[in-house]
Amino acid sequence: MSLARLLEVKDLKVQFKTREGPVHAVEGVSFSLDEGEALGIVGESGSGKSVTALSILRLLPVPPAEIKEGSVMFFDQDLLELGESELRKIRGGQIAMIFQDPISSLNPVLRIEQQIIEPLQIHLGLSKTEARGRARELMEAVGIPDAPRRLRAYPHQFSGGMRQRVMIAIALSCNPKLLIADEPTTALDVTVQAQILELIARLRRDFNTAVILITHDLGVVAGVTDRIIVMYAGHFAETARTPELFANPRHPYTLGLLGAVPSLDETKAGELQTIPGNPPDQLHPVEGCPFQPRCPFVLDKCKTYPPDVRVGPDHYSACWVDVTDPAEQERAMARGFIPLRQVRDRYAPETPASSTTIP
Amino acid sequence: MATPAVTSPASATDSLVRIENLVLHFPVTQGIIIQRQIGAVRAVDGVTLSIPKGETLGLVGESGSGKTTIGRCIVRLYKPTSGNIYFEGADLAKLEGASLRNIRRRVQMVFQDPYASLNPRYTVGSLVAEPMMIHKTGSRSEIRARTLELLRKVGLRQQFVDRYPHEFSGGQRQRIAIARAISTEPECIIADEPVSALDVSIRAQILNLMLNLQQDMGLTYLFISHDLSVVRHVAKRVAVMYLGKIMEISDREDIYDNPLHPYSAALLSAVPIPNPKVEQNRQRIILRGDPPSPVNIPTGCRFHTRCPLAQQICSEVEPPLEDKTGRGHFAACHFSERVGSLRAKGSIQGLGTV
Repeated sequence: MSLARLLEVKDLKVQFKTREGPVHAVEGVSFSLDEGEALGIVGESGSGKSVTALSILRLLPVPPAEIKEGSVMFFDQDLLELGESELRKIRGGQIAMIFQDPISSLNPVLRIEQQIIEPLQIHLGLSKTEARGRARELMEAVGIPDAPRRLRAYPHQFSGGMRQRVMIAIALSCNPKLLIADEPTTALDVTVQAQILELIARLRRDFNTAVILITHDLGVVAGVTDRIIVMYAGHFAETARTPELFANPRHPYTLGLLGAVPSLDETKAGELQTIPGNPPDQLHPVEGCPFQPRCPFVLDKCKTYPPDVRVGPDHYSACWVDVTDPAEQERAMARGFIPLRQVRDRYAPETPASSTTIP
Repeated sequence: MATPAVTSPASATDSLVRIENLVLHFPVTQGIIIQRQIGAVRAVDGVTLSIPKGETLGLVGESGSGKTTIGRCIVRLYKPTSGNIYFEGADLAKLEGASLRNIRRRVQMVFQDPYASLNPRYTVGSLVAEPMMIHKTGSRSEIRARTLELLRKVGLRQQFVDRYPHEFSGGQRQRIAIARAISTEPECIIADEPVSALDVSIRAQILNLMLNLQQDMGLTYLFISHDLSVVRHVAKRVAVMYLGKIMEISDREDIYDNPLHPYSAALLSAVPIPNPKVEQNRQRIILRGDPPSPVNIPTGCRFHTRCPLAQQICSEVEPPLEDKTGRGHFAACHFSERVGSLRAKGSIQGLGTV
């Protein structure tokens, strides 16, 4: 199965200028995406996941934001080098984006119809009548019944879930190659979240759209992505194919995250594993690995930033430590870490994960 | 849990808080000078439940289900329209003045958003000391000493006592809010989505802190949350709300392993599980549409408009909340015996039909 490379982000560095000095929001992140692939970017607030996504389409306000380094290759164009008018052809056309809060991303004074047909007229050059017909089809595709009437409505007349459907309809209107979804279900109730995730998965199958799903919820990415990137404090921490990441996490932060989430399928309750300490301060980043102040596996050499270590096929972790080494685990347990085994008990499949070697 | 035969979800004998037929309607008015009431938001529409002493009752539901309103009624931030809230015999719904203040010392609240619930102009010390000042639990120096002790108890450094809330992260702020809530040595804490605004890694710290405090101080919790995974982790008994009513209430294992209400079953099936293997083989019951407005509650069973099991009777007769197993597993559904089959096959009516 050889798929065309769709997007390649290399060494992206983004900073925000503030009065107290630069905030290092994204510090050298690289990843790639093939056509039709679904990638999850997971991280907590301040991890740089949203800034990474917004940088792809250069949607960050400049200043205060500044893309210091890196390239974003979309097919063979570097989006960071494009002029504003060329970029505008790509935004909403070949790359579409949906956001967390559908009410602030829709224009409250325009009818839904106007908002759906606008990109169709601009990007595809459809006439008004053609665009209207297409809008009706799109409304049906995202599961909004009674399209002709609903198209005449304003955003405030829709519920949260319906507004997110409208956003998805707008995003898909020009058959984008890539859909970037930034926390698309965080503002929604669980039953509605299930509807929207199902919709994204179905549309991905039907239209072969690649998806970047940004979320803090490990449960959300588990169901819908092929591959996951875990970010911490603007840095890449770990990446692997989705089943591998859950079965065989190799970065201490990923381990911590997996241990810290109570899961609906957990069989035994008990104390949750915690990641001690507080979220990182990106105004004053620590030298070396950003996770070291909170890491139970920390070593002296963590003061130097670790390389991306290949720990398995398609599986990289930015860490000096082999967390599967029993001696290392013992050391970490002395610092209050709950052993890997116990975390794995809750998540691992019955079959052993693919064998992995550390160089 | 060996529950005696119970006929009502509120008849447990050792309960600390007992709510009977609680109703809270917010009036909807029209007109500028002469305001006429044209309807009501039926936020809580006849809820009966009890919280056993020293235990945790989890209250789950989606937005608009009325779960927060119940919590706020218990601390009397709202005065109920009707119904009773018994706290060790005293009816909180009817108390006023000094006797209400006295009870409030014993029932405290922790709110969802620690950025909004702490006054930015107060130092940490004065925030934590304020409830003790109001309830005059001791002299100034005693209160100061106790404040430092409380900070230690919730895992904050004592040097923080003279700092302001903006200097702290969300998790630390929630610790301050918890220190404030336990300062008057309450028996019961109403925790309204206490970890929803926090990051995953911090969430676990706060949950563990709450569980440890419960053990140390024998606290009773009403834990309000939309997150079923978190509730499963902390609560021994769980109540599921929908549009102002309890749909199902039972011990944790029963409700999670064997829900007897189609709404609980759908909620459970909708929660994403951080395990791709489980996720791929899961049958989801996808509900149609959004919850109706609490101004306009459907007739009969309020869930019938979205229910995959709904029949004619469901739109006509409201099902009572009754014990379906004889072991304290209450559900309000005409067809609770069919919920199991619904879960087995999942539901095919999903998208497109709204």
